Amino acid sequence: MGQLMIEAEGLTKRYGETQALAGIDLTVPAGTVLGVLGPNGAGKSTAVRILTTLARPTSGWAKVAGHDVVAQAGEVRRRIGVTAQDATLDDALTGRQNLRLIAELAGLRRGPAAARATELLERFELTFAAERQVRGYSGGMRRRLDLAASLVAHPPLLFLDEPTTGLDPTSRVRMWEVIRELVAGSTTLLLTTQYLDEADALADRIVVIDNGRIIANGTPTELKAAVGGTRLEVTLSAAHSGALPALGSLVAGRVNVSQDGRRLRAAVSAGSGVATAVIRALDAVGALVDDVAVHPPSLDDVFFAFTGADVAGAGGRPPAPRAAEPSGSHSDHLRSDHLQGAL
Amino acid sequence: MSQLAPVLHGVTPALPTAARSRGLGRAARDVLVLTRRNLIHIAREPLQLSDVLIQPVLFTLLFIYVLGGGISVHGASYKDFAVAGLIAVNLTTSSMGTAVGLTSDLKTGAIDRFRTLPVWRAAVLVSRSLSDILSALLCMTMVLLTGLVIGWRPHTTVAQFVAGLTIPLLFSYALIWATACLGLVSDEPESAQGIGLVILFPLAIVSNSMVPTSGMPAVVRAIADWNPVSAVTAATRNLMGNPNPSAAANAWPMQHPVVAAVLWSLAILALFAPLAVSLYRRRTTD
Repeated sequence: MGQLMIEAEGLTKRYGETQALAGIDLTVPAGTVLGVLGPNGAGKSTAVRILTTLARPTSGWAKVAGHDVVAQAGEVRRRIGVTAQDATLDDALTGRQNLRLIAELAGLRRGPAAARATELLERFELTFAAERQVRGYSGGMRRRLDLAASLVAHPPLLFLDEPTTGLDPTSRVRMWEVIRELVAGSTTLLLTTQYLDEADALADRIVVIDNGRIIANGTPTELKAAVGGTRLEVTLSAAHSGALPALGSLVAGRVNVSQDGRRLRAAVSAGSGVATAVIRALDAVGALVDDVAVHPPSLDDVFFAFTGADVAGAGGRPPAPRAAEPSGSHSDHLRSDHLQGAL
Repeated sequence: MSQLAPVLHGVTPALPTAARSRGLGRAARDVLVLTRRNLIHIAREPLQLSDVLIQPVLFTLLFIYVLGGGISVHGASYKDFAVAGLIAVNLTTSSMGTAVGLTSDLKTGAIDRFRTLPVWRAAVLVSRSLSDILSALLCMTMVLLTGLVIGWRPHTTVAQFVAGLTIPLLFSYALIWATACLGLVSDEPESAQGIGLVILFPLAIVSNSMVPTSGMPAVVRAIADWNPVSAVTAATRNLMGNPNPSAAANAWPMQHPVVAAVLWSLAILALFAPLAVSLYRRRTTD
């Protein structure tokens, strides 16, 4: 293991009654990408706020780029670039003015700041909009500019808080390319995301965070292996007692059945004709099928794999009772954490 | 979990130390950069721009041509009487821009972004006060120009004229720190503006700024004579050589308007500047 760019132990953060972080350990070696994966309100942004010196931990400590985030905040700030969740650009300023502002605040003198702005606008394909006010930018352009702004001072460590949330698929893929190019150098990156595919595409290691705790930690390959590859999701017209046995030979591992018995989910090995086989098997026992989906694992599936429960609030599904929850207060935490995030 | 990994102390900062200015120079540069940024905001926000460019002209014309005809200033011309008061009124109400600017910067996350950069901590507040005093200067210039165009004239020396402009600006600078406090405790720019209006409008109007206080009921008159806005207005009128009916009032500030205006301004500044710093610290510590 090389030098550690981020090192944190026992980080907690309490906002009044809300435990936003319940004890998090992190280590990020220099030159690697850590993906922090979790649903809305899991504590991802709180962790980023602490590591970027915006919030003080209630307990625990963190060193970022070799400096304590509380005692040596100024030293940390000289070594990091930060892109917050909702692009905190200056709407009234043009793209170029935004970059020059950040560059000058980061310590560049006027001339070099202007040159750096030009260079970054070019690199992020924003030269055509350089003199336009940012309020007219599209979501993808805003994110690119925001990312450019965080790179202004060549920081060795970069934080990207949900860099693609709210982007259309095309802009999202483009953003991925930009991030990949970025980390091809020696930049260390901590990236938060709600999407497993994003963490998979960009990160060397992933920590899954929920309810202020790390519930899983590993490489994307390890994580996907634990989740079980391709997922099958079947919706029946009505609950059917024969459905579960009928699926038995087709799926790998447990089948998750929703409370009303209509929705069944499980891992499958993606062979050709798997959907056909599922429908035939269900038809044979007389179960009426409304919908069949075979898809790569989502955050939801990761959560199911590690906690045996759905992600509350993800995908618009009602939260299921959580088997693996140590204390019974999970949904309360999530809800208040949501509020916190909304503030 | 990380005990075995080499702890690193020497991550090179993003920019080599030699490329940065240090200490005081650095703080001054941060303030300058942020002040310029705030001025761009004022110039690009139609509402804020109208506060300093259009409102002063409008108020001046409205008061002098619509209300002025019905107000007696003991034989003097209302025009000559009104301009100093209009300076005070406009600077008082436009100081709300500070509250609105700070609240929106807190709300949009702009201040958070500055805080992730190696920026002098007080630069956000200091730069805000500087950009807003510059826009107050512009606002005052608009009143003076409008006054000059419609026939108002100062009758004084250059030195006293300059002093007559400095006093309202000093008062405005003090008010900026007071409304900064309002901005720092508000969640929404709109609510800052609403509360600001409720405080600042009476402050501006319950005074000798637009009408002589001699015609007011005793209680209102006492309040008006002790209102800092009255002291500022009376001081400006004296220094500009314009009619100042308040000279006849017995209240101490009306007998010593220049001293009173300066003392009021310093008192407001001494109270609200440290309060703003501590509110800012509280608001940005989470």
